[in-house]
Amino acid sequence: MESQLGLIENSFDLRYSKWVHDALDELPDSFTITDPCIHGHPIIFASNGFLKMFGYSKNEVIGRNGRIFQGPETDRRSVMEIREAIREERAMEISLLNYRKDGTPFWMLFRMCPVFSKEDGRVINFVGVQVPILRKMRSSEMTLCENRVGIRESMFKCCRREVCSDSVFDLGHSSSLESVSSYDDRELEINEPCQASELEKTKATAAISNILSVLTHYSELTGRMVGRKRCCFLTGNGQLTASLNISLGRIKQSFVLTDALLADMPIVYASEAFLKLTGYARHEVLGQNCRFLSGMNTDPPSQFQIKKCIQTEQACTVRILNYRKDRTSFWNLLHISPVRNASGKVAYFVGIQVEDGCKNEEDKRALRPETRQLSVVGAVKVAVRGLSIRAAATSTS
Amino acid sequence: MMLKIKRVPTVVSNYQKEEAEECARPAAGCGRNCLRSCCLPGAKLPMYAFNKENKVVCEKDLVNNDPPVDFLDSLLLGEWEERMQRGLFRYDVTACETKVIPGKYGFIAQLNEGRHLKKRPTEFRVDKVLQPFDVNKFNFTKVGQEEVLFQFEANENDEVQLFPNAPIDTEHSPSVVAINVSPIEYGHVLLIPRVLDCLAQRIDRESFLLALYMAVEAGNPYFRLGYNSLGAFATINHLHFQAYYLATPFPIERAPSKKITTTNGGVNISDILNYPVRGLVFYGGKTLEDLANVVSDSCICLQENNIPYNVLIADSGKRVFLFPQCYAEKQALGEVSSEILDTQVNPAVWEISGHMVLKRKEDYEEASEEKAWRLLAEVSLSEVRLQEVKELIFEAICCKIEEDKASFEESMTSQSHEDMDGINGSLTCMVPV
Repeated sequence: MESQLGLIENSFDLRYSKWVHDALDELPDSFTITDPCIHGHPIIFASNGFLKMFGYSKNEVIGRNGRIFQGPETDRRSVMEIREAIREERAMEISLLNYRKDGTPFWMLFRMCPVFSKEDGRVINFVGVQVPILRKMRSSEMTLCENRVGIRESMFKCCRREVCSDSVFDLGHSSSLESVSSYDDRELEINEPCQASELEKTKATAAISNILSVLTHYSELTGRMVGRKRCCFLTGNGQLTASLNISLGRIKQSFVLTDALLADMPIVYASEAFLKLTGYARHEVLGQNCRFLSGMNTDPPSQFQIKKCIQTEQACTVRILNYRKDRTSFWNLLHISPVRNASGKVAYFVGIQVEDGCKNEEDKRALRPETRQLSVVGAVKVAVRGLSIRAAATSTS
Repeated sequence: MMLKIKRVPTVVSNYQKEEAEECARPAAGCGRNCLRSCCLPGAKLPMYAFNKENKVVCEKDLVNNDPPVDFLDSLLLGEWEERMQRGLFRYDVTACETKVIPGKYGFIAQLNEGRHLKKRPTEFRVDKVLQPFDVNKFNFTKVGQEEVLFQFEANENDEVQLFPNAPIDTEHSPSVVAINVSPIEYGHVLLIPRVLDCLAQRIDRESFLLALYMAVEAGNPYFRLGYNSLGAFATINHLHFQAYYLATPFPIERAPSKKITTTNGGVNISDILNYPVRGLVFYGGKTLEDLANVVSDSCICLQENNIPYNVLIADSGKRVFLFPQCYAEKQALGEVSSEILDTQVNPAVWEISGHMVLKRKEDYEEASEEKAWRLLAEVSLSEVRLQEVKELIFEAICCKIEEDKASFEESMTSQSHEDMDGINGSLTCMVPV
């Protein structure tokens, strides 16, 4: 747990400086900030407004994924739409049923916005704002009221359970309304989707603006600047690779992805485990060809075998002597495989490193090392094909 | 008059040959390393034993524990890629061009010229959903052991375990996961419940629950399971589900729905709206079993009323779609336009969900949402017919619940009725408010 939280604090402070916490704490709104590059896409910041609204303490929320606030009546389609927006790295807005710590459900307007690095156009964070919805009666209910009660007025029902004053009930017509519906009162609230009002949408927009201003400003202090628009032109696979971050972040093994369409096949993705194994930082490996891992005693036949496999677009496994940043060496059971995108053509190569002779803690799971290594190939193939399937449509039109 | 159509079935196993050839081969010592008594003794396969407990239909929220959900995913992907590199598939499906068709729903089209064989078509009877198992026809005991990835069973302990070399219990047949050698997408597998028992293609409570467990265990919303009944484009009359990975939403998953009712076990049943194929979606349930039972009871009702249908298990087992259909009958009666027939698209569960595999380049180039919609509209039951079918289903579910209640009460001294699953109130409350 500690290492995950450590990673979270580190990444957040490195980019925005440690003073950003105070600045964000000054904002009254309910919002969360997540990091898609960390395994599990966890929340790395939760505002006081958020903690109050949901009834959690900070420790209970940081490091968790946003899905913990969903529950049995949360619309699955809406959950899917959020997931897809994250994958496609775009802003979105949706009414969603969430649950507080005490288990009570409530409707809120959820507005989400990606934050891009100005340096390389990757998504660094997602900002999510939650505005509780004060609910207008649905038009179907109004018709019922017309028929049964003969009153045409818009009624406001707060979606929070504890506040339920309804003027129709007050007028003493409650019995007829109740007999119409086969649902009890609580079900009617949570089953009928809520539409947010203009006021609520405006609140969300303002909150997002304020938060992004803070983040932009503080990112200037560290020099690792962010913005709300992707400003870099990412060519070739570039756009795709940026969005692969979340899918590939799910994979725990050491691996790299190289771009088969660019000259000298640079690394475009490196997993945390790879960086840990080799001792390099991410910015030191991105854009480089993998040959930097070879050194004095690396045998040329292995290197040649790799080259040949790549040329013929074949998968292969070689045992090659590689070197870490500190120049210590290790035997790498390297598996390389071509990865095609939705066009059917090879777009990447994936290289998966297994340190020979290293006793992995995952051994006790009894998944054979070869299977584990190949599972990375499979996961990368699925991710690349799925993410590029939309790009395929636009390129042929 | 028997209703039949002619089709070239896709080959799911490297050992699937013409039936005539099959009968000519002597039974003993087939030399293919299959799953029958000639080759099975002493055979070992990995066994994935899943944990039955805690399969409540809500998300696991542990970020820092090694989530078991990654485990089945890794096993399946790793074993599948291994078979890929061994050359067991008829083609590399990732080399098949695929795209999302522009439109509201994002239908998915794939150009796959290699999936369908240029063979003479076989006759399929399409007027009977329940047909007895025929040992002379191809079935999954005839697949090569190398095509089987692992056994899939519930664990007796409350944990997930992988036994890398488990013997195959011939007394209590295991359920297995095998590759489909003509894959529609990466990771295309077949889940075959109790493979050695040679069950016919018909859903029962236990088998459907197993399929649902698999969806939950994989924990990946892009890994879906599907089922085709006979008469709804199943080609092999040996009980099996299909599954594969596709990391993009299916059109059916985008369709809105409207709740009809909720059972006492918390299972919600909704109408699918604004979609070319009419059907139901099931979700919720206090336990996974509650959800599984309501869906399988619905399927059993359709089977017994000779209504062909398809089932899609989506959203890591949280949503199950049920589509009664009538396309095969229409085709046999000559009621489908030749334009649609020429595409040779058989609308099984994947097609109905919005994933279309096309064999002709021109169909792929000219694919549009409008065309996909038109084809799928032919599959759907009419509004009137669906209403009749829904009434059959709801009646069956209520009756089954009464039965369960009665047999439960027999075995208990006294039990409150609220504990049993049931539909709220009487049947009349199922009319939408």
